[in-house]
Amino acid sequence: MFFQLIVSGISFGSLYALVALAMVIIYKTSEVPNFGQGEMSMLSTFVAYTLLVTHGHSFAVSFIGALLFAAILGIFLEFVFLRRAKDPNILSLILITLGFQMILYGLASWKWGADQRDLPFPVSDFDVINLGPAVISYLNIATLLITLILMLLLFVFFKYTKIGVAMKATQQNAMAARINGIRTNRILSITWAMSSAIGAVAGILLAPIATLDPNLMLDPLLKGFAAAVLGGMTTLVGAALGGYMLGVIENLFGGYISLEFKSVVAFGIIVLVLCFKPSGLFAKHYVRKV
Amino acid sequence: MDMKRDYYEDIQLLDSKVLWFWFLMLIASLIVFPFLAPNYYIYMANYMAIHVIVTVGLNILVGYTGQISLGHAGFFAIGAYGTVLLMTVLHLPFLLAILLAGFIAAFFGFILGLPALRLEGPYLAIATLGFGMAITQVIGRWQVFGGRMGMEAPSPSFGAYVLESDRQLYFLIVTIAFLLVLAARNLMKTRVGRAFIAIRDSDIAAETMGVNLTFYKTLAFAVSAFYAGIAGGLMAFLLGFINPSTFNFILSIYFLAFVIVGGLGSIFGSITGITVPWEHIDNVFREVDEYYRTSQYRKHNIRPDCYSARCV
Repeated sequence: MFFQLIVSGISFGSLYALVALAMVIIYKTSEVPNFGQGEMSMLSTFVAYTLLVTHGHSFAVSFIGALLFAAILGIFLEFVFLRRAKDPNILSLILITLGFQMILYGLASWKWGADQRDLPFPVSDFDVINLGPAVISYLNIATLLITLILMLLLFVFFKYTKIGVAMKATQQNAMAARINGIRTNRILSITWAMSSAIGAVAGILLAPIATLDPNLMLDPLLKGFAAAVLGGMTTLVGAALGGYMLGVIENLFGGYISLEFKSVVAFGIIVLVLCFKPSGLFAKHYVRKV
Repeated sequence: MDMKRDYYEDIQLLDSKVLWFWFLMLIASLIVFPFLAPNYYIYMANYMAIHVIVTVGLNILVGYTGQISLGHAGFFAIGAYGTVLLMTVLHLPFLLAILLAGFIAAFFGFILGLPALRLEGPYLAIATLGFGMAITQVIGRWQVFGGRMGMEAPSPSFGAYVLESDRQLYFLIVTIAFLLVLAARNLMKTRVGRAFIAIRDSDIAAETMGVNLTFYKTLAFAVSAFYAGIAGGLMAFLLGFINPSTFNFILSIYFLAFVIVGGLGSIFGSITGITVPWEHIDNVFREVDEYYRTSQYRKHNIRPDCYSARCV
């Protein structure tokens, strides 16, 4: 029982970790907490569904198509709305991203309706392999593997590629980065494209477990956000670890204490963590100057 | 003419005879309105007055004290459920019940204010968001609160005189809204209001000037929650029926959007912030700067979609 709870907690946690990563990538470079993240990946998942079911393309084509769509959507939103805001403060930025959330939610409800759909996924959720005392489904394994590969790619990207380093530079000091010849606006676009694509992966991996409707990402988004806060909004590794931790803790709570209040516990943890270590478990704490 | 010579001139409610005239006209028109308008408009006026209360309360927190709350639907829900439960279980008269429910909401506001002492920006946003979601979840799962099915709200009554129609409720709701708005306006002119504004402008500077941050930040949350709680109680009377999905996350966003559209740190702005989206006056906003216009545009576009989706 215990082992089983941990295993399924990790597999849910990897989805939270993906959402948290998507969020942190944007937050790191532009200091915007993107509340529209969930709806962006929900919409991309619907695009995958349309390509796959309505147009009958293969899964690989639909998957890549959805990622491309997500990237373009991210660039579009950043370019059209966020870049237009005049010397924005944190509140108006939050409100703009909440606006994305409402627009995209409305769009998806209008285009695809509130029906619950099923995204056919090539890996089954019902075939399992035994893992000692626990069982794990092929879908969970696929989720874990894809998440790990993505994280590895991100790590390499930020550590060894020129664009990755430029992103870090933009985050640390946008003005200095610009002086050194980095096109910070372009970096922002790339950031949003990447983040949106990662969110789309999370959405597509989530769709077979949950049902595909406009509410698909509401809960995972908040959990992912919570995970990011838990691990620290400024570290990629921390956010990912936060996702896994949240998944496991939540599952253990659900298994042993109360299944009903399972989704409340995440927020309890967050408030506690924020009270004792406001910048997250794995982030350095910066003291703001007057 | 505009020079203020002493402190009492600065804090007085209306500083000229002309303003007094318009003020009395406003009261008169508020009294006459329900006798002239068709029923639906009275219902809308009630609806707006309730949102005015929440928005003014939220503006005290967001606009004047500089904190963020994405969880005001939670306080709204506490007020609504508190009022209904106090009336049905303890059989309190409705004015007492609504006041007590307001204080219960204020207590929760105080509790939520505690983490806010250490948090700011997005962290505070997520903490309050979590609070709002948690309240809805708990209410939805607990049988005392009627679970997902919701519960029916009794009609408010003075002794044998029962307020049932929208027109009767109008006088109750608008009177309370009017008093609360006046109270908010006066609060901002006192020592407390000035402390709030000092915290917004720079909390560290305020602290060095001797403003007790712990006290005033939690107070701001408590006052704001009190307003939301009272509004929630009135909403229960207006709708006659409450269930958890009334108080969802989107509602908190709407509240915040009203505050921003109306203008941060402006009581009058909060009132117009409500009325403008409802009355669908777009062109007034042409001259307002880019940002306000996009957020305004967004709300118009999405509102019907969201509502239809929720109905389905």
